[in-house]
Amino acid sequence: MKMDVVIIGVGGQGTLLASRILGALADLKGLDVKVSEVHGMSQRGGSVITYVRVGSDIHSPMVDLGGADVVLAFEQVEALRALPYLKRGGVMIVGDQKINPLSVITGQAAYPKGALDALRQQCRVLSLDALSIAREAGEVRSVNLVLLGVLCAYLGEDPELWHEAVARVVKSAFLEVNLKAFDAGRRHYEESEERNG
Amino acid sequence: MLGNEAVARGAYEAGVRLVSSYPGTPSTEITENCAKYPEIYAEWAVNEKVAMEVCVGAADGGARAMCCMKHVGVNVAADPLFTVSYTGVNGGMVIVCADDPAMHSSQNEQDSRFYARSAHLMMLEPADSQECSDFARAAFDLSERFDAPVMLRLTTRIAHARSMVTLGERREREIKPYQKDIRKNVMMPGMARGRHVVVEEREKEQAAFVETSELNRVEMRDPAIGVICSGIAYQYVREALPEASVLKLGIVYPLPEKLIREFASKVQALYVVEELEPFFETRLRAWGISLAGGKNLTGLQGELSARRVEEAFGRETAPLYPAQETLNRPPLMCAGCPHRGPYSVLAKLKMHVTGDIGCYTLGALPPLSAVDTVLCMGASIGMSQGFARARGREFAQHTVAVIGDSTFLHSGVTSLINAVYNRTGITVMILDNRITGMTGHQPNPASGRNIYGEPAPEIDLAALCRACGVNRVVTVDSFDLAGLEKALKEETASDEVSVIIARRPCALLDRKSRKTPLKADPAVCRGCFSCMKISCPAIEKRDKHVWINPDQCVGCGLCLETCRFGAIGGGEKA
Ligand SMILES: Cc1ncc(C[n+]2csc(CCOP(=O)(O)OP(=O)(O)O)c2C)c(N)n1
Repeated sequence: MKMDVVIIGVGGQGTLLASRILGALADLKGLDVKVSEVHGMSQRGGSVITYVRVGSDIHSPMVDLGGADVVLAFEQVEALRALPYLKRGGVMIVGDQKINPLSVITGQAAYPKGALDALRQQCRVLSLDALSIAREAGEVRSVNLVLLGVLCAYLGEDPELWHEAVARVVKSAFLEVNLKAFDAGRRHYEESEERNG
Repeated sequence: MLGNEAVARGAYEAGVRLVSSYPGTPSTEITENCAKYPEIYAEWAVNEKVAMEVCVGAADGGARAMCCMKHVGVNVAADPLFTVSYTGVNGGMVIVCADDPAMHSSQNEQDSRFYARSAHLMMLEPADSQECSDFARAAFDLSERFDAPVMLRLTTRIAHARSMVTLGERREREIKPYQKDIRKNVMMPGMARGRHVVVEEREKEQAAFVETSELNRVEMRDPAIGVICSGIAYQYVREALPEASVLKLGIVYPLPEKLIREFASKVQALYVVEELEPFFETRLRAWGISLAGGKNLTGLQGELSARRVEEAFGRETAPLYPAQETLNRPPLMCAGCPHRGPYSVLAKLKMHVTGDIGCYTLGALPPLSAVDTVLCMGASIGMSQGFARARGREFAQHTVAVIGDSTFLHSGVTSLINAVYNRTGITVMILDNRITGMTGHQPNPASGRNIYGEPAPEIDLAALCRACGVNRVVTVDSFDLAGLEKALKEETASDEVSVIIARRPCALLDRKSRKTPLKADPAVCRGCFSCMKISCPAIEKRDKHVWINPDQCVGCGLCLETCRFGAIGGGEKA
């Protein structure tokens, strides 16, 4: 597997954990991996972006503009923001949640309408209501696992190793609910694929 | 492993005994990880200068010691830094400084390599997590070998990137014997003159050493292009110019002149690719080595990337999807943040605010827009004195210096003493949330616990201010808007120095006071939007009314005080 992933969301949505799980997965597969994280200021409700590079002989820990095979976006505005990172022909996996930036909260700006449609005109988009799926799985904060589940199914990978990667990173008290969210994400993709024929 | 974890690991394996640091992104996790090794004594110092002095003491005392800080922290510690270069060490001493190109979490983009040159200290720069560990170990050995501290420079993309690290065993080291030696350790003019000679000799020896050190590495590939680089820039160059020959500098000061000349002679066109300042480039040009390109290609500002290097060298870059019009999402104060109350009152009273650095810097952003200045840690209190002297009493009575608890203890308290001593009647507001919030909740002397979470003496800020000679000290709950307003009006009116301590623990830590979300009743809400002035991310404008987002609201109740119509309710103990 050789894959460059950009993970983008809003501070507090669990993007860091998602990148660590992908890091653990690559390690389990015996692949080289580099992950670039953002700590500090932007974690206070700002836009947060992390990069995961899996393959062999990786140099830069960053995914460049135009370099991501996959963008995992946790929010619609953030998905729009991340589009230039996507490689031509890459895929965007989008949790379709809307988190209003302060300018929308205060009424100075309107939340962009039809963000997903705009994206669909440009690239392949897999969008889903990851928040509801996470809530059903029993933990609203496991949106990150739902999206990883979609990625796993999209790549057509055996979930076994992914489960192990989750177990390596997630605290044992939260493991079960996180795996449930992960599998729900996987199932969602598989079912929607079936529906699409 | 995170680069910062790997530095901690390398130091651990090198037998480090003591780590004293002040937090600062992107260096913080090094010390946090050191605290996880039972063999290491780790502490949060009150500031970088103190941290470095504790380390110098430990090193003089024969132990291996390390202090870690962000780039601007080195400014604070610069005083001991320049002179410990003269005294040297005994046990190995490593100073880690983490630069932040592109200012992800900083107020400037300074390049700390210049410190190594001005202080005549060797500086290493790793290019991935493995090297973070390897170079940390090497730095201790080099420190003992040359009897001088060694600096280890990181940048954000090294400190906060994860890559594979091979673990080694810790090599325990005896504490070296300590011998009092005033010629070496008492730096008064007579002795310092002698030590300055030693510094110069040492630098010559180091310059000879770096010519053959394996920390510098020549990778000959196609000789058409030769690039000199270090740290993260090396990774970008390898990615962007895979065929190019590279001289990768692991030691960025002193520079290996012979090795560089030799490399220059073997390649057809020589380039320097470095982030921030033209540090290598200037030196090379001074040596008369001709360059085909350097900063003219890569620029002085921000971070590099593989793509920026490709562009600089005129290579083809990957095609891009067009950037979409979207909304900015700057960081904001959390729902329930105790800094919100004080700022909403300061904004309401239209006070001038000399601000400081911490989560509360976010009060400068609209809609609160409550801050006039932010310079560096501790500057708020000094600057307000300057404003008062320059613009007089009237202005002083509408000015407040706002500072966090950690920042006050870091470098605010001396400025407060200055105000008292010089009778400059300023008003200071300490936003006391009992923690160093911005950098990720490191405890400080106001927290009542240490880095290990063990109970520690909790400093009494009010008593401290009184002891400095401040007669007017009041403590107000950060959620008591009326109380804050009264205190601000009274204290700014006074001609004396006064301190208002706005107190309430950080909302992210204070789970005890969490309540169920509040609700705004649309039938009662008149749409005056007074509650929106506090700039809470949970309160949204929905048509003619406000709506409180239950996923955001922590029930802090600050907005209750702003609604004259009693439209907001709820908030039971969660
Ligand atoms: C010299 C220096 N050291 C460290 C930092 C990193 N830093 C920024 S704000 C801050 C402390 C903030 O703590 P506090 O004053 O208690 O405010 P809070 O964030 O808790 O509101 C630190 C350590 C810095 N900017 N400058």
